[in-house]
Amino acid sequence: MFKKFSVKEDVTGHTQVKSSVQRAIRAKILEQYKEGIEGIIDDVMPKKTPLILMRCHEHINLIVMNNEVLFFNHFDGPYFPTLRLLHKYPNMLPRLQVDRGAIKFVMAGANIMCPGLTSKGARMDVSVPADSVVAITAEGKHEILAVGTTKMSTDDIKRINKNIGVETAHYLNDCLWKTVVDI
Amino acid sequence: MADSPDAPSSEHVQPREITYCGFCSLPPEYCEFGPTLEKCKQWLSKHDKVTYAILYNTLEDHLAAATLGEDKPEEDKKKAKEAAKIEKQMQKKMQSKVLIKRIERTKRKCVTSVFGLENFDVDLKKAAKLFANKFACGSSVTKNNQGNDEIVVQGDVSDEIFDLILEHWPIVPEDNIDLIEDKKKGK
Repeated sequence: MFKKFSVKEDVTGHTQVKSSVQRAIRAKILEQYKEGIEGIIDDVMPKKTPLILMRCHEHINLIVMNNEVLFFNHFDGPYFPTLRLLHKYPNMLPRLQVDRGAIKFVMAGANIMCPGLTSKGARMDVSVPADSVVAITAEGKHEILAVGTTKMSTDDIKRINKNIGVETAHYLNDCLWKTVVDI
Repeated sequence: MADSPDAPSSEHVQPREITYCGFCSLPPEYCEFGPTLEKCKQWLSKHDKVTYAILYNTLEDHLAAATLGEDKPEEDKKKAKEAAKIEKQMQKKMQSKVLIKRIERTKRKCVTSVFGLENFDVDLKKAAKLFANKFACGSSVTKNNQGNDEIVVQGDVSDEIFDLILEHWPIVPEDNIDLIEDKKKGK
């Protein structure tokens, strides 16, 4: 999603949203991440701080607060937290671990294939249904490498062990990672 | 850094502090997958000795082990190429000039145009605002005939801008700033 992206070219406009909209976004994020975020939402998104919505090409929205991109979503799909936010609160999302060999491909923007999630170095300790937002860590690493949505449930990943398991939305060193927002 | 993430506590969760590599901006443990491992290592050994020791002492073995198996030579070449590319970009950046130009408008009036600041990651709009505040004059970002952005400041403030740039954006090397005076009969 962010293989090519630059604030200068791809952002069509940014607005400070109305407080009602802000509440709606907040509610949606809360609903989406439930346990993962309840304790921290006030730290992540204080109610009173103005929230800025950046609209970008291809229906991508960035949610910016205090000059930091916190979440992004596509069209009206789920909100993904950015990696910088995830590094601060790594327990927000269920985590899947890929093996070492997959790291360099993920960091080049590849989707995560099932074998990378089922091989020896990989781990899937949680079971999640299809189409849920997950964080990707890697064998021997502590930090989160990428964020994506599962294309099939973890059980299916184990069973089928073929094709794309997780669709990568945002990964380390992509253009969103490098983006510095300054409004 | 090195602690593994704890289980979520029901209490108030503090954000984790995380240091990113000062060179490639990745978390240090991922530097090895970036194109500039050598530079990152240098940076880390200077700034965070503990992490450096943890990461690279074990990593060296890992890398050595990994090298034996796969198609490493090709990979190395690729990486070197990428590193060279980044190096070149950096060099280019350091060589690019900032032009401060005094342009005559009418007999005694002139404007000052500043060109090339964006190469040093300066936000032009912010800079324009700063100039406007500082010199109490009009200042705006405009496109010149080549389609590049430049800042146009009303009035002759070239010397002051020279100093201000040096003061405000220390990354701009002094030698790279050029003062030019447009000749009256130029146009």
